[in-house]
Amino acid sequence: MTDQAQLLPGTLDLLILRAVSLGPLHGYGVLLRIGQISGNALLIEQGALYPGLFRLVRQGLLKASWGTSENNRRAKFYELTAAGRNRLREETDNWNRLATAIGCALAAQPEET
Amino acid sequence: MRFFAWLRSVAAKFFRHSQTANDMDEELRLHIQLRADDLEREGLGRVEAERRARIEFGGYERYKEESHEALGGNFVETLVQDVRFSLRLLHKSPGFAITAVLTLALAIGANAVVFGVLDALVLRPLNVPDAQNLYAIQPTIQHNDWSSHSYPDYLDLRDRNRSFDGIVAYEMAPAGLYAGDRASPIWLYETSGNYFDELKIQPYLGRFFHSADEHGPNSAPYIVLSYDYWRSHFLGDPSVVGRALELNKFPYTVLGVAPPQFRGTELFFAPDLWAPLVNKEQIEGYSGLTSRGERGLWLAGHLTPGVTPAEAAADLNLVASYLAKTYPKDDDGIRFSLARPGLIGNMLGGPVRAFAGGLMALAGLIMLAACANLGSLFAARTADRSREVALRLALGSTRKRILRQLLTEAALVSLIGGVLGMLAAVLLLHWLSAWQPVPDMPINVPVNPNASTYIAALVMAVASGFLFGIVPARQIMKADPYLVIKSGPVGAAGTRRFTLRDVLLTGQIAVCAMLVTASLVAVRGMVRSLHSNFGFDPQNTMQVNTDLDMARYSGDQVQAMQRRIQDAVAAIPGVTAAGYADGIPLNLGWRDSTVFADSTTDYRPSNGAADSMEYRISPGYFKAAATTLIAGRAFTWHDDKNAPRVAVVNEEFARKVFGSVDKAIGGYFKIWGGTRVQVVGVAEDGKYKTLAEDPQPAMFVSILQFPSSSTWLLVRSRRDPQQLATELERVLRGLDAGLPFTINTWHKKLDTALFVPRAATMALGILGVMGAMLAVTGIFGMAAYSVSKRMREMGIRIALGAQRREVLQAALGRAVRLLAFGSAAGLLLGLLASRVLAFIVYQATPRDPLVLAGVVLAMSLLGLLATWIPAQRALSVDPLILLRDE
Repeated sequence: MTDQAQLLPGTLDLLILRAVSLGPLHGYGVLLRIGQISGNALLIEQGALYPGLFRLVRQGLLKASWGTSENNRRAKFYELTAAGRNRLREETDNWNRLATAIGCALAAQPEET
Repeated sequence: MRFFAWLRSVAAKFFRHSQTANDMDEELRLHIQLRADDLEREGLGRVEAERRARIEFGGYERYKEESHEALGGNFVETLVQDVRFSLRLLHKSPGFAITAVLTLALAIGANAVVFGVLDALVLRPLNVPDAQNLYAIQPTIQHNDWSSHSYPDYLDLRDRNRSFDGIVAYEMAPAGLYAGDRASPIWLYETSGNYFDELKIQPYLGRFFHSADEHGPNSAPYIVLSYDYWRSHFLGDPSVVGRALELNKFPYTVLGVAPPQFRGTELFFAPDLWAPLVNKEQIEGYSGLTSRGERGLWLAGHLTPGVTPAEAAADLNLVASYLAKTYPKDDDGIRFSLARPGLIGNMLGGPVRAFAGGLMALAGLIMLAACANLGSLFAARTADRSREVALRLALGSTRKRILRQLLTEAALVSLIGGVLGMLAAVLLLHWLSAWQPVPDMPINVPVNPNASTYIAALVMAVASGFLFGIVPARQIMKADPYLVIKSGPVGAAGTRRFTLRDVLLTGQIAVCAMLVTASLVAVRGMVRSLHSNFGFDPQNTMQVNTDLDMARYSGDQVQAMQRRIQDAVAAIPGVTAAGYADGIPLNLGWRDSTVFADSTTDYRPSNGAADSMEYRISPGYFKAAATTLIAGRAFTWHDDKNAPRVAVVNEEFARKVFGSVDKAIGGYFKIWGGTRVQVVGVAEDGKYKTLAEDPQPAMFVSILQFPSSSTWLLVRSRRDPQQLATELERVLRGLDAGLPFTINTWHKKLDTALFVPRAATMALGILGVMGAMLAVTGIFGMAAYSVSKRMREMGIRIALGAQRREVLQAALGRAVRLLAFGSAAGLLLGLLASRVLAFIVYQATPRDPLVLAGVVLAMSLLGLLATWIPAQRALSVDPLILLRDE
């Protein structure tokens, strides 16, 4: 538990988009999927997921529909819209650029400056 | 229909709201369920698994709230929530809610009424087409800018100016309209022929008269009825158009009916009908249309497009220079300026605008006081709720959300108060509009509320709600939930230093004390002016107004008939004196003339010895009016047209023209271009135009030598006015059945002269009472709050043996100190403001010990009243119960 990383502000939306891009999911499923694809390395307060989900739906990046969960309960499933897919691509590129830049900066040796 | 649609959409919103809320609940619960299932699979017991799942989920309500916000568009939902919560809170503290709503209703009601009046009299243009461009032309002659125009001057102005599309002239006059065999007195506008055309008014029925209808004196026997008169006297019968009616027994043809909204070109005076000015001689008995010195006309006109008012004034003054040079006898030093139409030039315009503006300022102060009052109420309430607020903050509510709820509460109070106030204001304004302050004259104050009044009230309600709602904001912003919950309600620490609440309360008390001072000054001035010497005694006296002209008496017939009437009336049992005059002091309207020293030969106005009031009276007038003669004699029936011209003057006249009363008797002066008149008597000074005037010269001449057909007969008697009126009517009908006349008590006619100071006193009195009420609620709120805050402390003090005096001091000392300080400040302000009042209310001097004592007494009584209940509460504290509490 203690070696989980705190989430950077704004990255939750990206993680949700990524998780949903692999297939329609309900809320708890999104949480599990994020844990699975991040190797359980990220600390997410579970409730915080929902304001994020609703925000993305409102922005038109996700669309929601009611279906049935694995335990036969009524559940709301989220999937990516075309806009969501585009946004995910942009955000991923952004993230990669940022991560590379920060990585380089932190890896720089004294003699290189 | 639109209302139902709106209702449906609101209902739909509610429905959808609960739908999304249910969906959201289901979704979040499913999450916790699924998590608990997983945890159970990992080996936990079901109960423990569910507990863990809930903890891991975090603040359920908070996330739900945030989710709602994330979904967006929940402004209305939050608002509805806040409104419902606020209503519940207000319902729980009805005392607070009622005080707050009433305070606001009072303030907004007062402001709406005053604004309605201001709007109707000052802001709103006359109800004629292109009113923005319509200006009245105001002459100034020898620094007197209350004057009106003469007909020859009008013709010169009309034909020589280059800046007006056209200039209309009009004056108001009474006349007798014969329908059947009885004459009913009516009021009409005599207007220039271009009146309707230039004002661009379209007839409702028939047609109007035009310039082309005028062909010299008495050439246009046409009348146009006002819509109201047509409805009330001809029952809206369209066949009246083209009919011949008798105006003063001359046949006049009804040309048409004016549109309903057109009330003429004066705000206060709605005429019954319009007739051409060229027929003035038939209508008034004399014409004066050829005399340049005979002033009585009001002028107005539309500026030619592109001409500025300044250019127009300059242009008019070119005409003025021409007039002054060409006719120095009458027009020496004449100037013209532009004024707003509707309030007979500067005569009413200045005072009305000043008064309405002043009233608006006072009403604004009331509003400020009410806001300060409510602000401190809300602050006190917020302080009381600090525990609840702290709890909500601790449970994860945002400060923004709490502030929003508070503002909603304030807005709710202000809206309810605003609606109540508005309703009261509308009633009052309608009543004011229907009010006819002057008997026998179509004078009223058209202040019906319109859209701008409603909008103003709404804006005031919202603005004030925001103003006092924002006061407790600081308390919320700095509230620290940990501290508050730890230490219980904020204790004595907060009450030591000066708080915002104290400042608000002091300011409010100062404003209220100022209003009380101003209204006391006004009321006292009014009482004094009612008891001052009028120079006559209206007690037990009737006025009979006749215009023999309306009954077509002419020449010597007039005087003979007038004397017959006086003799017949004097013979009625119980009548002690009777006498008539062409005008009565303090009645509406007057005549004044320039008088010259006996040695003067150049009769231009600037050479005059004095400007004197002029009354033409019959023998017996002084006795009937109870005016005391100081020296010399009154008139007799021998002072007729064959005898030398004589006059009785008042003391002021004697002093000003002759130097003293003694020198005046037997002395000569000249009037109207050189007529020599000898002074035979001196009468006491009196009030002539208004109660507030300074002593001014007045002369009385014999009506036998200077005849007038329109007279007021004063009848002094020992009899009941009602009985006497019946008797008078019988006698007059016996002399001439067709004679139009009106009978009033002198007191009733005096109401006219007293109208302005009375209205002013009434307005100020009402504002003063409202100020006092606000002071009471303000002090009460403050005192009650400080007592309730410190109940526990009081309990301890009493338990430790404190005396009643000490308890009271501890509980209320602060409120009393604030009251004293605020009252002193308000008293000073009020005294300063009273200088302004002196212009309207006679003898409104603030340096009056009675007023000062009155204010101090009033504020102390108010303070006592307001602190009484809290004081009782403080004294009745039972230390045992209180200490056991909490």
